[in-house]
Amino acid sequence: MMSSDQGLYQSHHEHDACGIGFVVNIQGKQSHQIVEQALTVLHNLDHRGATGSEKNTGDGAGILLQIPHKFLDDSCQGLGITLPGRGQYGVGMIFLPPGREERLACEKVIKEVVKEEEQEVLGWRKVPTDNFYLGQSAKDAEPSVRQLFIGRSPDIRTELEFERKLYVIRRKITKRIENSDLADKEYLYINSLSSRTIIYKGMLTSTQLKDFYPDLTDPKMESALALVHSRFSTNTFPNWKLAHPFRYLIHNGEINTLRGNQNWMHAREAQLSTDLFDVDMDTLTPIIQEDGSDSAKFDNCLEFLLLSGRSLPHAMMMMIPEPWEKHESMDDEMKAFYEYHSCLMEPWDGPASIAFTDGKMVGATLDRNGLRPSRYYVTSDDMIVLSSEVGVLDIPPEDIVYKDRLQPGRMLLIDTQEGRIKSDEEIKHQIAREYPYREWLDENLIDFHDLPYNYQEEPENSHEDIIQRQKVFGYTYEDLNVNVGPMAENMLQPVGAMGNDAPIAVLSNEPQLLYNYFKQLFAQVTNPPIDPIREELITSTETILGSEGNILETTAESCRQIRLKTPVLKNEELAQLKNINDLSGFKSKTLPILFDVNRGGEGLEEALDELFAAADKAVEEGVNILILSDRDFNLKKAPIPALLAVAGLHHHLIRSGNRTKVGLVLESGEPRETHHFCTLLGYGVEAVNPYMAYESLHDLIREGHLDLSFKRAQKGYNKAVVKGIVKVMSKMGISTIKSYRGAQIFEALGLDKELVDKYFTWTDSRIGGIGLDTIALEAKMRHREAYPNYRTNGQVLDEGGQYKWRKGSEYHAYNPKTVHTLQLATKNGDYELYKEYSNLIDEQSDPPAALRSLLKLKTDESGSIPLEEVESVEEICKRFKTGAMSYGSISKETHEALAIAMNRVGGKSNTGEGGEDPSRYTPDPNGDSRNSAVKQVASGRFGVTSEYLTQGKEIQIKMAQGAKPGEGGELPGRKVYPWIADVRLSTPGVGLISPPPHHDIYSIEDLAQLIHDLKNANKDALINVKLVSAVGVGTIATGVAKGHADVILISGHDGGTGASPQTSIKHAGLPWELGLSETHQTLVLNDLRSRVTLETDGQIKTGRDIAVAALLGAEEFGFGTSALITLGCIMMRVCHLDTCPVGIATQNPELRHKFTGDPAYVVNFMKFVAQELREYMAELGFRTIDEMIGRTDKLVQAETDHWKARHLDLSPILHRPEIAENVGTRCMICQNHGLENALDIQTLMDICEPALSDGKSVRATLPIKNTNRVVGTIVGSEVTRRFGSKGLSEDTIHLKFEGSAGQSFGAFIPSGMTLELEGDANDYFGKGLSGGKLILYPSKNARFDPAENIIVGNVSFYGATSGQAYIRGKAGERFCVRNSGLHAVVESVGDHACEYMTGGRVVVLGETGRNFAAGMSGGIAYILDLNQQFHKRCNTNRVVLEQLRDEDEIDQVYEMVRRHAEYTDSHRGWRVLAKWDEMIHRFVKVLPKDFKKMQQSIEKAQQEGLDKDEAEMEAFLQNK
Amino acid sequence: MEFERKEAPGRDPKKRVEDWDQLHEHLTEEELQQQGARCMDCGIPFCQTGEDKKGRTMGCPVHNLIPEWNDLVYKGKWKEALHRLHKTNNFPEFTGRACPAPCEGSCVLGIIEPPVAIKNIEQAIIDKGFEEGWVQPHPPESRTGKKVAVVGSGPAGLSAAAQANKAGHHVTVYERDERIGGLLMYGIPNMKLEKSVVERRIDLLREEGIEFVTGTEIGTDIPAPELTKKYDAVILAGGATKPRDLKIEGRDLDGIHFAMDFLHANVEKLLDDEHKKEFISAGDKDVIVIGGGDTGTDCVSTSMRHGCKTLTQFEILPKPPESRGEDNPWPEWPHIYKVDYGQEEAKARFGDDPREYQVMTKKFVGDGEGNVKELHTVRIEWKTNEDGRKVPEEIPGTEKVWKADLVLLAMGFLGPENPVLEQLEVERDERSNAKAEHGDYHTSVDGVFAAGDMRRGQSLIVWAINEGRGAARECDRYLMGTTELP
Repeated sequence: MMSSDQGLYQSHHEHDACGIGFVVNIQGKQSHQIVEQALTVLHNLDHRGATGSEKNTGDGAGILLQIPHKFLDDSCQGLGITLPGRGQYGVGMIFLPPGREERLACEKVIKEVVKEEEQEVLGWRKVPTDNFYLGQSAKDAEPSVRQLFIGRSPDIRTELEFERKLYVIRRKITKRIENSDLADKEYLYINSLSSRTIIYKGMLTSTQLKDFYPDLTDPKMESALALVHSRFSTNTFPNWKLAHPFRYLIHNGEINTLRGNQNWMHAREAQLSTDLFDVDMDTLTPIIQEDGSDSAKFDNCLEFLLLSGRSLPHAMMMMIPEPWEKHESMDDEMKAFYEYHSCLMEPWDGPASIAFTDGKMVGATLDRNGLRPSRYYVTSDDMIVLSSEVGVLDIPPEDIVYKDRLQPGRMLLIDTQEGRIKSDEEIKHQIAREYPYREWLDENLIDFHDLPYNYQEEPENSHEDIIQRQKVFGYTYEDLNVNVGPMAENMLQPVGAMGNDAPIAVLSNEPQLLYNYFKQLFAQVTNPPIDPIREELITSTETILGSEGNILETTAESCRQIRLKTPVLKNEELAQLKNINDLSGFKSKTLPILFDVNRGGEGLEEALDELFAAADKAVEEGVNILILSDRDFNLKKAPIPALLAVAGLHHHLIRSGNRTKVGLVLESGEPRETHHFCTLLGYGVEAVNPYMAYESLHDLIREGHLDLSFKRAQKGYNKAVVKGIVKVMSKMGISTIKSYRGAQIFEALGLDKELVDKYFTWTDSRIGGIGLDTIALEAKMRHREAYPNYRTNGQVLDEGGQYKWRKGSEYHAYNPKTVHTLQLATKNGDYELYKEYSNLIDEQSDPPAALRSLLKLKTDESGSIPLEEVESVEEICKRFKTGAMSYGSISKETHEALAIAMNRVGGKSNTGEGGEDPSRYTPDPNGDSRNSAVKQVASGRFGVTSEYLTQGKEIQIKMAQGAKPGEGGELPGRKVYPWIADVRLSTPGVGLISPPPHHDIYSIEDLAQLIHDLKNANKDALINVKLVSAVGVGTIATGVAKGHADVILISGHDGGTGASPQTSIKHAGLPWELGLSETHQTLVLNDLRSRVTLETDGQIKTGRDIAVAALLGAEEFGFGTSALITLGCIMMRVCHLDTCPVGIATQNPELRHKFTGDPAYVVNFMKFVAQELREYMAELGFRTIDEMIGRTDKLVQAETDHWKARHLDLSPILHRPEIAENVGTRCMICQNHGLENALDIQTLMDICEPALSDGKSVRATLPIKNTNRVVGTIVGSEVTRRFGSKGLSEDTIHLKFEGSAGQSFGAFIPSGMTLELEGDANDYFGKGLSGGKLILYPSKNARFDPAENIIVGNVSFYGATSGQAYIRGKAGERFCVRNSGLHAVVESVGDHACEYMTGGRVVVLGETGRNFAAGMSGGIAYILDLNQQFHKRCNTNRVVLEQLRDEDEIDQVYEMVRRHAEYTDSHRGWRVLAKWDEMIHRFVKVLPKDFKKMQQSIEKAQQEGLDKDEAEMEAFLQNK
Repeated sequence: MEFERKEAPGRDPKKRVEDWDQLHEHLTEEELQQQGARCMDCGIPFCQTGEDKKGRTMGCPVHNLIPEWNDLVYKGKWKEALHRLHKTNNFPEFTGRACPAPCEGSCVLGIIEPPVAIKNIEQAIIDKGFEEGWVQPHPPESRTGKKVAVVGSGPAGLSAAAQANKAGHHVTVYERDERIGGLLMYGIPNMKLEKSVVERRIDLLREEGIEFVTGTEIGTDIPAPELTKKYDAVILAGGATKPRDLKIEGRDLDGIHFAMDFLHANVEKLLDDEHKKEFISAGDKDVIVIGGGDTGTDCVSTSMRHGCKTLTQFEILPKPPESRGEDNPWPEWPHIYKVDYGQEEAKARFGDDPREYQVMTKKFVGDGEGNVKELHTVRIEWKTNEDGRKVPEEIPGTEKVWKADLVLLAMGFLGPENPVLEQLEVERDERSNAKAEHGDYHTSVDGVFAAGDMRRGQSLIVWAINEGRGAARECDRYLMGTTELP
C-alpha cells in the first residue's frame, strides 16, 4: 500500500492540484445526461491530471452526484434489499480490504457502530468495478468497493440531523477500525456516507473513471448535479483515498497555512460544546484528520462547520474570507461579518478554486487573490457548466446565455431548490444580516488605541549598561549596523549580496540564537508566492488578542477581543496590556522566562515546566492575556530563548486545551531581525515587544549614529519589521498575519527530534541535532559575555561576522586565504596551488563548513583503480555549469567570460534572467562562442523571445533561487544602463521588477504547461526546472518529473545573489545535501529517477564537493561564486550597490575597466575540479560519474567531536531505498513530451510549409478545442529558426481557428504569423508573444453581447515582447502582465491588469478590475473610462493618469481601435470610432512616472542633436 | 571614489633633520574623516588577515577592526572608534607610528586605487583619545592572587603584561635596561616614535598595577630559576637582539658598529645628559649603512641628524620594481620600491637616494690607526642554484672602494641572546628561538611562556603585540583553567 516514510521522504509533504468542473441543472432536474456531460468534462481535463512512471496509473479522478435513488432502488431490489423512500436512507460508498476475511471483519465493526447509533443496516451492495485498464501499481492497491445502506430511524426528524448521525457513524467506524488490529485495515476509507450525495472515485486517470465504475454509465444513474475532478499529484505512491471529490468539495490549489489551521482547530476542540451531537466530542475529534491532503482537511473543517448548523456559503466565507480590510468599496455590513468571524477563525490561505455542494446547493469560490482559473457558461436550457477551462463541453454558441469567470474572493451559488443562480452580493448580504455583527463588534471588539493609557517612561540606561544588556541577548555590531539601525532609518529590510558561506547554526562555533536553527519554507511550484508590495490590497497585518469563543456558537461574546494593527508592540503599548485588568473581560498576567544560567539544560527544562504550569494556573484564574517577559535577567538568571518559551508554551496550551482561552504576548530583548519575529509568530505568539531593539535605537540616537527622533526611529523600525514579516509570509503565498500565526512554516535544522516534538510539535527536523543542554550552553555563552569575570580593553559589542568575514568571528569558507589561493592557482594554472586551496576548504573541520564536511568518502585501497582508467577531464567538464547570473547583475565582460569558458570546456553557462544580446549567437573569429547554452526563463521573462528560446541547448525555468526562494527581484533604475535596457527590452533608467511568482505557474499542472510551452518553442532544448532545497522538495521534484521536465536542479540555500534581503540569504531554504538526497530518494521510490537528470548547486567549491553531490544523486553540477572568484571577485558583497571594485557585479563603465578576469582562469578552475574529482573517483573505484550516482553506500558520517555537530544524525541523507532491479537510478530514458500530438505537428507544419520554405503566404481555417494546447508555437519556432528574429512579413501565415482554444494559444509566435480565433480561449493566451498577431472574437452565432462576456482566461500575453492583439470581449485577471512591447486592444480586463508592464501599448475599451498598473514601469495604457470609476481601480504608486492630448498619440490610439474593429467586427469598437471626437476625452492615459521622465529626457537630448544611443546614455546619467 | 588617498604630510626633509621631532604633521579631522570614508567595508577585509606568507606579512597581525573604526572615524565617532581600536590592540600609538602597515598592502581598495590610509587613521584615533583624556587607567576590579613575571619590556612583554594584569594577576615586568620599552624605547628613533609617547603608556600600565623592575637582567642579575619559583607563571619576551654580524676582513676596526648600539646610545643621549653608554656620532663623517631594512633606514635618518658628511646605504638585494611583480600579487605585502623617511632626507640633502643595490662588502680597510677608512665591495647577481635556492654570484669587474669613517651594520637579528632560555632549559627551535606554538605559547617548561621576537624571531611590533596578548591569554588559561582574554 502506501509507501511509508523513509530516508528523507515523508508522505505528508505530498501536494496535489488539478482540473475541476461541475455540470448542474439549475432547476434541480435530474438526468443521466448531467452525469455523462460531467464525465466528458473530466475527459477533456485529462491534461491537467498526471500519470507517474506507468502511463495507465493516474493520480486520481472522481465524481460526486446526488443520491441516484432510481438507480440504487433498482440495483438493490435485485439484491433483496428494499430501500425506503428518497432521503430516508443513507448510502455509504466504502473502500474495504480486498481479501474476504479482512473485509468481513471490517464490515462487522461497521454494522456494530450503526447499531450502536440506533440506525438500521439495510444491506450491502458490491459495487461492480472493472480494473482492466488500470496500471499495475493502482491494481496492487485496489480496494474492494461496497455500498452500505443505512435506514434512518424514525426519531430523527430532519435531514440535517440524519446527516449529523451519519457523520458520527462515520467518525466512529473510522476511529474504531484505525485503533483496531484488524488485518489490512488501512484499506478502509469511507468516500461518502450521506443521504444526499454519493462519490465514485479512485486512483484512476480521468478517462478510466467510467470504465472502472460501470454504474456511472447506467442510464438510470441520474443527478441534477455532478462535480468532477482530475488530480495531478506530486507523488504517485498508490493511494486511492486522496482522489477527489471529498464529501463536500473539489479543490484545485493548495492551502499554504494548513499546519496552522489544523493546529488551531485542534486547539479549539477543547472549547467545543454543543448539544447538536448526542455523543461526546471525544468521539469525533480530531475534527481534522491527520492523514488527509490539504483538500481533505479543508473538507473536514467545512463539514464540521456545516453540521454545526451553518449554511454552506456561510462556512465557506468563514474559511476563505475576501480580503476585506483594504477593500475600497465593500459595505460595512460585509466588513462586520468578516471582522466578527476573524475572531473565530483564521483564514485558510492559499490558491484555491473550490467547488462545493451539499447535494442541493452547488457553489464555487476562488481564493482572495484569484490565483486559480474557473470559467463557466450558463445555457438557455438552465444548465451551468463550470470548469478550470472553457471548451470542456461542446455547447452550441447559440445556446449560451452568458459566459463568465469566478473572480477573486467572489462566490457563485446555484440553489437547485429555488432553481436559480444567486449572485455573490445576494448570498453574502443575506448571511451577513443574520446577526447584528456590527453591533456586537462595537460593544465587544476593542481597538488597541482605545485601551486606557497609563505609561510611565522608564529611566534611561547608560551607554555602558546598554552594551551589557545587548550582550545578554548576543547583540553584535552587525546587528546594529546591518539590522536595527538601517531598519529604523530606511523603514525597509536590509539587503545583502552574494551567498551564505558561513556554516549553518548547528555547525557554527559561535553561540547561535535559537531562531537560526529554523529555516523558512517557501512556495515553489505547487503554490505561488505573492507580491505583497504590488498586491498589497490582499494582505493584512492585523492580529487579534484575547480568548476565543466556542466556534459552534454565534454569540456577541465571541468577539470580546482586542484588535492590533500589527503584531509589534511598543513599550507603552505593552504597558497598556499589562494594566488592562480594569477592563471588563480582560485580565493579563506577566510570567518570567528566565532560567538559572549555571544549571544548564536541566535548569532550562525546569524553568520551562514551571512556566507551563504557571500559565495553566493563570488561565484557570481567568487570565486571558499572558505576557512572557525576560526583562528581569541578572547575573544568575539568563533569558530562556524566547522562541523556545513561546513555541513550548503554545504547544503545551494546545495540549492542555487552554490555548484559545488566552492570548500570548512576548516582552523580550532577544528579537531584532525580521526572521526572529517570523519564527515567533509562526510558533503562535500574538504580539511581540522587542524592548532591547528600542533601547538600542535610543542608544544609537544618543551616541549620534542615527540622526532621527526616537519616535521616527521606532516607527521606521516597526514598519521595517512588519514589512519584513509580510514579505516572509508572502514567500509562502500567505497574505494575512492571522493565518501565518501558528502556521509553523519552518523546518528545524540541527535540533534534536525529541526537543522538536515536545516544544515545536509537527516541525520537521530531519537530521536531529542539539538539545536543551546545548541550547542552555549557548545562552550561557552570551550571558558570560555580558557578565565577564574581568574587564578587558574595548568593552564594545563583538563585530558579528555573520554577514561579512571578520577575523576571529564566524568562519566563512571564502576568506582571505581561500580567495587568494584560488585566484592565484587559476590565474597561474597551478594545480598544486589549487590543491592547497581545496585542502583549505575540504579539510576545514572546526567548524565543519557544511553538512558535506561531515560526510566521509569511503575509500579503501582494495577498491581503488588506476587514475588513467577514470573518464577524462573533458568528459567530466560536460557536466559542469555556471550559475544563472543575469546580464545586468554582472557586467558584460564577466557574463561573456563565463560563457566563453564554459563553451571551451564543453560545459554550459547560463544567461540568468536578463536576456542575451543576439550578437552573441554568432561565434567569435577565434572560434569562441559567447552564446550561453542555458537560457533561463524566470518570472520577469526579460528578453525571453522566440529567438532567445531557439538559441538554447537547455531552457531553465527558475522556480526559486537559493539566496531568495519565493521572491522576485528588482533591478533598480540606476542599474538599467542603456545596453541592459536593450537586451531586456525596456527603457534605460527605469527600474524593472521580477514578480515573486511566475504568473503562469500557480500550481503543478501550470508548470507542466510551461514546460510543454517551452518544449514547443524549442523542441531540441532540454527543459530544466530549478528548485531550491527545502523539506518536501523531493515530492515537488517528483511532480516536476511527471510534468516532463528533462533536468531538475536542486539549489542549496546558500547560493549567491546580486541582491536579496539578508533574512532570505540567511534563513530561507536548506543545504543541497538534504534537498538533493531527498529528491533522488523520492524519484527512485517513484521510479521516475531514470527520466530526469539531476543537477545541484550552491557553494560548490572543490572536486570533493562534486564527489559528494554525485554520490548523493546528482549528475550535473553548478558553480557560481567560485567561478566569479576566479575572475577576480573578492566578495565585497556590494553587488546590489553597483560599486563592485573589480568590475564584476557592475555596469558602471569606469568600474568595468577594472575587470581583470579571463575565460582561461575559469577554464583552469573547471579542469582542476574535474581532475581532482578524477582522483577521488580512482580512489573510490569509479570509472565514470554515471557509476557513482546515488551510491551513498560510499559515504559514511564522519566522527566529530564538534560540540554541536556531534549530535547530528545524517543517516536519512545516506538512506538508499530498496527498489526492484529494473528501477533506474540515473537518467536513462528521455521524457515523452507528447509533441507528436500537437496540432502543429499533426497539421499546421504541413499547411505552413510554403511559408517556411519560401516565405509564401498561407491561409487556412481549422477547428480547435481546449485539448489543443500551445497552438502555433512549433510553427513559430521554425519561422524563427529559418528567418531569425525579424520573422516573416506581416500576415504571411494566417490561420483561422473555430472553437475553444486550449491554454497558451499562440505562445511566443514571431512576426509574420497571424492567428485568428472565433470562439473563446483559455489561460496564457499569447504568452511571450514575439511579434505575431492574435485576433479573438466570439462565435458569429453567439447571441450574447460579446463586450459583456468573458472570452479569454487569465494571464494573457504574459511576458509578450512585441506583436499585436485584438480581443473582442472581456479578459480574465492579469492581462498583459510583464508586457514589454505588445500592442493590444481588449474590451474589459480583470484585476491586476498591466502589472509589471515595461513597454508596449494596451487599449481597454471598457472596465478594468482592481489594482490596474501595479508595478507598471513602462509602456502606456489607455482606458475608455465611461463611468469614471477607473481612478479607484488603478494602483497609482508608479503611474500618473493623464488625458489624451498629443495628436500623434491620438492617431496611434485611433489606429489601434480601428484595426480592432476591422479585425474583430467589434460593435463597441465601431461605436467608439463613430463618436471619436467625443471619445478622445473619455480615455484615461496611464503613464508610468519614471518612464515619462526618461522619455522626456531622451527626447530632450535628441533635440539637442544627440543620436539615439547617445541620448539614452545622456538621459540615463542625468537621472541616475 | 570620491576622495583620493592622502597621508599625513611629512615635514620638509631638509628642515626636519635639524631636530628630533616627529616626522609628520597631522591631517585635519575633516581630512581624516574623508580618508575613513574611502574604506569600502569589505565583505572580506583582507587588511585584517594577519598571516605570514613567503616570509612577508599579509594584513594586520592583531586583526585590527579596521573597517569598523574607519567607518566610525568617517562618522566622527572618535571615542567609539577608540574603544574598538583598543579591543584588539593595546598600543595603537606605537603601531600607528612605527608599523610598516601590512594592512594597507592588503587593502582591497589597493587593487584599483591607492589603499586607505589606515595607519594614519589609527594614529589619529589614539592620539585624539589621549588628547581628550579618554585613555584612562582601568585597574582590574579584583585580583586573582596569582603572580606573573614578564621578562622583557618590548611590545610583546608590555602587551602580555597589560593583558595578564587585566585578568587580575599580579604582574612584574623585568627589563635589563634603565628604561622600559625595549625596541620601542631604544630601537626606534624619536622622530618616528617619540619617547614621551612610550612613557605615557608605561605610566598608564603602572597605574593599572603593573610593577616594573628596570636595570635587572634575568639570568644575569637574577638567576632565571628563581623566577619560576617566585612566580606562578613566567612570560619570556626578551626579543631577538643578537645582531647579524659581517665577519669579514677588517671587522675589528674602530668605527664599525652594530646599528642597535648606535641607535641605543643615541636615544640615551637624547633623553638624559649623563648617558652611560658611549655615544656614537655620525657628525661630519662619511657614513655607510649596511642593510636596507627599517633599522638601516633608522640609522640613515639618525646619521642625517648628526650631520654626516656623506651617506650611503648598501642593500644586497636587487632594487625592487616600481609596481607589483607577477609573483607578488595583491593582497600580498607589496615588495616594491619605496623611499622611506631616511632616504627621503638623504636625498633632500645630497640629491640622490643613498641606496646602492646588489652590493656585497668584501672587506674593511683601516687607516693604519685602527680606524676604518674604506670598504671594498663587489656587485652581485642573484642566481638560482640546483636546490632551487637563490644565491648571490659576484659580477667580475665591479669591484669598488668606498670611503667611510663610520660603518653601521643593520643586517637583521639572529635570535635571542638572553641567557634566560638556557637557564630555564627551554627547548629551542632550529633558529635558536624559544620553541612554542603560535597560539599556544607554552614552552617546554611548565608555566613558562614565550612571546614576540624571542619565540618568533625578528619581526614587526604588531606581531609582538599579537603574541604578547596571546601569551597572556594562554597564561591565564594555565593559571585559572579557563580564560576570557581575547
